[in-house]
Amino acid sequence: MKRKDFIYLSGMGIGALMLQDLAALGNSIDPLQALDGVDVKIKKELADAALNAARAKGATYSDIRIGRYLNQFISTREKRVQGVVNTESYGVGIRVIANGCWGFAATNIVTKEAVAKAAEQAVAVAKANAKIQGESVQLAAQKGYGEVSWKAPIEINTFGVPVKEKVDLLLNVNDIALQNGASFVNSVLFAVNEQKYFASTDGSYIDQDIHRIYPTFTVTKIDRASGKFQTVNALSSPMGMGYEYLSPRPEDKVPGIVTRYKNRYDILEDVKSAAKNAELKIKAKSVEPGKYDLVLDPSHLWLTIHESVGHPTELDRVLGYEANYAGTSFLTLDKWKTGKFNFGDKLVNIVADKTQVGSLGAVGYDDEGVQCGKWDLIKDGILVNYQAIRDQAHIIGLEHSQGCCYAQGWDDVQFQRMANVSLQPGKAKLSVDDMIKNVEKGIYIIGNGSFSIDQQRYNFQFGGQLFYEIKEGKIVGMLNDVAYQSNTQEFWNSCNAICDESDYRLGGAFNDGKGQPSQSNAVSHGSSTARFNGVNVINTARKI
Amino acid sequence: MSILTKEEAQAILKKVIGFSKADQCEVTLSGTSGGNIRYARNAVSTAGEISNMSLAVSSSFGKKTGTATVNEFDDVSLEKVVRRAEELAQLSPENPEFMPALEGQTFEEAITYNAETAAMTPDTRAEMVLKSLTVAKEAKLEAAGFLENSNGFRALMNSKGLFAYNKSTNVAFSVTVRNHEGTGSGYVDQSFNNLNKLDTLAQSKIAAMKAVGSVGAKAIEPGKYTVILEPLAASDMINNMFRGFDARSADEGRSFMSKKGGGTRLGEQLFNEQVTIYSDPMNPDLPSSTWNNDGLPVKKTVWVDKGVVKNLSYSRYWAKEKGVAPLPFSRSMIIEGGTQSLEELIKSTEKGILVTRFWYIRSVDPQTLLLTGLTRDGTFYIENGEIKFPVKNFRFNESPVIMLNNVEALGKPVRSGDLLIPPMKIRDFTFTSLSDAV
Repeated sequence: MKRKDFIYLSGMGIGALMLQDLAALGNSIDPLQALDGVDVKIKKELADAALNAARAKGATYSDIRIGRYLNQFISTREKRVQGVVNTESYGVGIRVIANGCWGFAATNIVTKEAVAKAAEQAVAVAKANAKIQGESVQLAAQKGYGEVSWKAPIEINTFGVPVKEKVDLLLNVNDIALQNGASFVNSVLFAVNEQKYFASTDGSYIDQDIHRIYPTFTVTKIDRASGKFQTVNALSSPMGMGYEYLSPRPEDKVPGIVTRYKNRYDILEDVKSAAKNAELKIKAKSVEPGKYDLVLDPSHLWLTIHESVGHPTELDRVLGYEANYAGTSFLTLDKWKTGKFNFGDKLVNIVADKTQVGSLGAVGYDDEGVQCGKWDLIKDGILVNYQAIRDQAHIIGLEHSQGCCYAQGWDDVQFQRMANVSLQPGKAKLSVDDMIKNVEKGIYIIGNGSFSIDQQRYNFQFGGQLFYEIKEGKIVGMLNDVAYQSNTQEFWNSCNAICDESDYRLGGAFNDGKGQPSQSNAVSHGSSTARFNGVNVINTARKI
Repeated sequence: MSILTKEEAQAILKKVIGFSKADQCEVTLSGTSGGNIRYARNAVSTAGEISNMSLAVSSSFGKKTGTATVNEFDDVSLEKVVRRAEELAQLSPENPEFMPALEGQTFEEAITYNAETAAMTPDTRAEMVLKSLTVAKEAKLEAAGFLENSNGFRALMNSKGLFAYNKSTNVAFSVTVRNHEGTGSGYVDQSFNNLNKLDTLAQSKIAAMKAVGSVGAKAIEPGKYTVILEPLAASDMINNMFRGFDARSADEGRSFMSKKGGGTRLGEQLFNEQVTIYSDPMNPDLPSSTWNNDGLPVKKTVWVDKGVVKNLSYSRYWAKEKGVAPLPFSRSMIIEGGTQSLEELIKSTEKGILVTRFWYIRSVDPQTLLLTGLTRDGTFYIENGEIKFPVKNFRFNESPVIMLNNVEALGKPVRSGDLLIPPMKIRDFTFTSLSDAV
């Protein structure tokens, strides 16, 4: 199973499968032991040992990342705890340029001798590959920041909350699901803490502390008589937050046909609603295929943004670095250079942002020592920029990197990864109810489901969690077997209304996959509810 | 130090078990070391050498289990990790599905290790990649590829006397070759336990040929077509089906193996009678471990015989519930075929589509195992037994279960990833839209 797949599991065995993935990530520890990071002084000494060793062997540039990655994963099904796993992975990755070529080596032995040896190994790898190298690396200039630090602004460290409290919450979620008609329920809580230290020969020594949380569940309803089953997933989102995400607040609830959530999530309320909706989904009408106006909730639209905007604007794809794995991009440099490439309707403004509070991608500095920021990708419907790192900046005429470099762990080499990419809210006041009032024949989609897009990001197909039929301005009932197919440029040009900022919410993915060996990246995508006219909807029901 | 011999592993594991004060203790020790080169735009983009070793201890008191792991191997660290697992076990709730550890078992010696592959160096990798780059450069094409080798071991011991050890090697290579205009693309992907089975030069030439051959693709109407799936394309689809062979999901009513009204489809003719699927860890073309994570021996198992479902996999717990013997699943599956070559399958086709590869396959409906995805890196129109012209890529919506009912013919099986799989000729394969992607 690809890493990317694992948060999108359809519900069967979600806990067990996630556990398998996690077990490979690192070592199990007592979480309380690792809450205080390693002393910065020790890390600086280790860093200097590695940088000096690389320099002595002929490296013209080198950087080191000393990383401690903590994960906690609690999984349950029905009345049973399937697993409580705490993992720690601690080690060092060293990247160098020698003879104009990149080299990388990593070790889990964190001593001055071992990191110096790994630095020498990285130089040897670079020199071996320089013999078959075509183009020399051109690294954008980067000033050293000296000794600096950044911490995610969390209120409650998830790792500090007693395991019992978290287990009890999940078992309570399961009870509510079963009381409300679910046949099965899986619930999980996943927490991440990246304590990472970066140093480079540019003179930066950067200490950062990053936190993420993802509570989620899947309820399954079985109808033995008909042999049918349906699942409904949580409407939570993975967030760059602490345990405070699980303390509901009225102002973070978005009322409607189902309640949706902003920066605080009410998991007990959501699971009750999901159990009831799983039952309704079994009885829902199968969709008539054809053209519909789609009203897409942010809990759904984030994934369409991720696949059709986030990925094609990644510069490494545009240039062909991902041709053998994640794919290339239809947003080629010639289109960008015209300054007129019509990506979407003039209502469509999309930004990349590595600083958004509460988002998964928020950090102070990226994994090659560049301070993070925010920039336009699509401005009034026109393609205006990409997402780049230091060795690509010169290709699009930039003097400095945009700070999009990331590695999933100390033993993975850092490379260009997606920033948070978000659709900006409409400037005119518009509520979801007012948007639906003007739809003659449409479908309102909440939650993300099946997703697939081609390797250049033209043709896509998306499903969802909950589908509601809209007729003459009113929601008339639930639909089933819905998927829409479109082409990225056509789709974003069919966008003709976006709700205002009061409806803006973040969605996101813990495990965006790219690179060989494959690495996952956590990224958020914000939007308000948006309307897309005349999109092709297919019926996905089959008989076997 | 990351790769231990059987004796070295056994010595560490015995020491760890010796520290245990729990009712039962199970210890897993594993290590890997390996390296990779990634290239794109006809040049190396990243490369690395990585090694790691870790130990996991599971201790149980009654039905309460705790697990802790460590990657330091001095006596103090080893004893500490055992104590930590025992503390966690005492803190854990009782697991109603707890299964006691297995008694000692006997295992066949696996054939997953090759010394030459274990001895690969950065220079060996660079030479192999250079061959691939040369093919692309000489043909004025652009290559992006990945070569990775790994050398690993895994050992398991429990306090009831079970001990298992396995070491394995792997080398994997894939390359995408495209023309500079971006109008043609070809791909190959191979992996073996033995380095000598991999020819990066020959493979890169196939990818280059497809890159040139796929230029000038014509758009044809989506719809139902007879398709010939190359082994890679067939494996992309079939790999998505095996999760359904889990007995518990089937019994619970939430898989395509569930039966209307309750029960499973075990014993039913679910596929075309040409379809036979089995696993065999001792197959020399697809060797795999002879024991699973629980310490159960893995033996040759027939899953589908002439289209009839013969076995579903049972975890130890679910087997006990259902009163049957546990049956571990295998990731390495062998799909039987015939003797026809791909060319012969094409020759016998009046009208159809040849698919090199599928991409971005996702489940649409777990009830019917409906999948969606796209063709890529060489899709061709066949008429009167010949490839006529390249066609634009399609999106499909199709279930591998329906596909394996619509089998016209199967060719000679070859290794593709974790499968031995034949090229397949399938009727009525459903393409639902066109893609502009190359």
